[in-house]
Amino acid sequence: MAERLLEVDNLQVSFATEDGVVRAVDGVSFTLDRGEVLAIVGESGSGKSVTSMTLMGLTRGVNSRFGGSAKLKGKELLSASEEDLQKIRGAEIAMIFQDPISSLSPVHRIGDQIVEQIRAHDKKISKAAAFDRAVELMERVGIPHARGRARAYPHEFSGGMRQRAMIAMALSLSPSVLIADEPTTALDVTIQAQILDEVKDLKEHSDSGIIFVTHDLGVVADIADRVIVMYAGRVVEKGTLDEIFYDPQHPYTWGLLGSVTRMDRDPPKRLPSIPGLPPSLINAPAGCHFRPRCPHEFDRCREVPPLEARVSEAPDHLDRCWLSVEDKRSRREVEGRIGLVKDTVPA
Amino acid sequence: MARFAVRRFMSMLALLFATSVVVFGIFEIIPSYNPARAIAGRNANKTTVQEVSRKFGFDKPFYAQYANTMKLIFTGQIVDYQDQLNVVDQFKQKFPATLSLVIPAGIIWLIAAIVLGSVGALKAGKFADRALMVMAIVGVSIPVFLLAAVLLYLLAYKTSVFPNTGYVSLTSSPAQWAYHLILPWFSIALLSIGFYSRVLRGNILDMINQDFVRTARAKGLSQRDVFSRHVLRNSLMPIITLFGLDFATLLGGATLVTETVFNIPGIGQYEAAAIGNLDVPPILVGAMFTAFFVVIFGAFCDLFYALLDPRIRLSG
Repeated sequence: MAERLLEVDNLQVSFATEDGVVRAVDGVSFTLDRGEVLAIVGESGSGKSVTSMTLMGLTRGVNSRFGGSAKLKGKELLSASEEDLQKIRGAEIAMIFQDPISSLSPVHRIGDQIVEQIRAHDKKISKAAAFDRAVELMERVGIPHARGRARAYPHEFSGGMRQRAMIAMALSLSPSVLIADEPTTALDVTIQAQILDEVKDLKEHSDSGIIFVTHDLGVVADIADRVIVMYAGRVVEKGTLDEIFYDPQHPYTWGLLGSVTRMDRDPPKRLPSIPGLPPSLINAPAGCHFRPRCPHEFDRCREVPPLEARVSEAPDHLDRCWLSVEDKRSRREVEGRIGLVKDTVPA
Repeated sequence: MARFAVRRFMSMLALLFATSVVVFGIFEIIPSYNPARAIAGRNANKTTVQEVSRKFGFDKPFYAQYANTMKLIFTGQIVDYQDQLNVVDQFKQKFPATLSLVIPAGIIWLIAAIVLGSVGALKAGKFADRALMVMAIVGVSIPVFLLAAVLLYLLAYKTSVFPNTGYVSLTSSPAQWAYHLILPWFSIALLSIGFYSRVLRGNILDMINQDFVRTARAKGLSQRDVFSRHVLRNSLMPIITLFGLDFATLLGGATLVTETVFNIPGIGQYEAAAIGNLDVPPILVGAMFTAFFVVIFGAFCDLFYALLDPRIRLSG
């Protein structure tokens, strides 16, 4: 069995704001093994980015409160000292961010930014050796003329090349855990595909565990082994890629799947969407967080459904919905495919 | 680069021309202004005044007078009306005192502003930040003449910690030079420290939430490296522009009040006397001197800016 890298148990993250306490992450649990790609899926504000940033201690602050536990190879991250976290960041857990335009320092050369990370962890390596290593990394992620390009500034790179540079930087110390926080969202579709190929290549040729944070289920289908669906700070469904795509149990997952446009079907008259907006996390609705937007809502939804296995043949497929499995399987069929509701608005 | 230099040179010529015409023109429309009478002396009779007027060309039309004065300035032969001394020589003689005043003051205010601005940003909302805010407002609000007078009264007259005005040149005694200039330095610096530190604090607070700062932290850099290499580096840009212009105007004689209060024989004091006497040549040369420095330092700032931020390309 592959080595267990991450063990997150009942993680809670809340922020005190002027309007009240925001419970951004509420009882999230998952594990990550070597060589595995775990996708965390959800809308903006579902807590997926906060979850991943908390692993690196990037959400720490005077107004933040944490609960539960998050362990890297058995070492607790939530209570780790800032010095210990500095050693982990970039070296053990590295992160690729959403927007490569704003995520690179505008005033430093690309190569120097990679060198900076290498030298932050390897104090003995010379500048020249670190620079050579940076060039090697840039070549590895497909940046042409890497030696010359390493001396360029971020504004002289295209969006896709910048994201490749970010990936090169994240890989510079061969981290055990790589967190990709919506790495393709800010890019063109063609560039998205190239970056996804890079990530897939990584999955095959390195033994890192990858956490892929996204709202795009199309991307998830492409690379993930296991999927966590988050809604309003909670995990609403968790399972293997096949379980989530072919036997989704939570209405929110149906909604997400129903919103994916598919090339292999006739285009819908209207792009389906999930009605309503995610709730404020300051005054989250009692019971199931998805209740106000859910067309299948009933009395029991006023109680918070536990995250548990409900499909008898899949003990690791968990979800948070009170409906019976039979009910779910019949209700999720909308016009011959999985969806939340039939689109009632005439085209 | 050559294009940049040429364009800046052209804009310098334009600015010098505009400044000189405006200054020269102002004296043309002051009603009681009669330079011939000033030159001829208090007891001169009408014919003497007329003679002087003819000799100096004051009876000629405005443009001819202007052209003549410009010729004298650029050949270095311009003399003031009051004492018939060469103005360019006077500037050369008095410039070291102004430099002694302005350069260290500039260094003091820049360093103090960076330190205090950083402290304010890192302790934002806490006591230290609030205390600095109050001090900055006080610093910005106190007029220089009042601050200078209060400093002199408390530290030179009442307690004699510092000398009561005066100037010793750097070459004759560096220690005495510094000792005499400490109060003037701080009088000039305080206003800018207050202003610059607040601007920098705001810049830093904007910068600290930028994505690339998060990246720097995610790379595993120490907090100190994140701050100095990424946050501060990117926050200093607007300060540099401000500094270039403020410093240039000070060099050009904007130290008038400070030099007068502390009795420092620099350009400012010289200009103050010239203004009191409505003595056109020193005022004109002083204004052009300032304009010259503003353009030169503007160009320096842009060069430095381009060095700090590679996204900036030099243009005219």
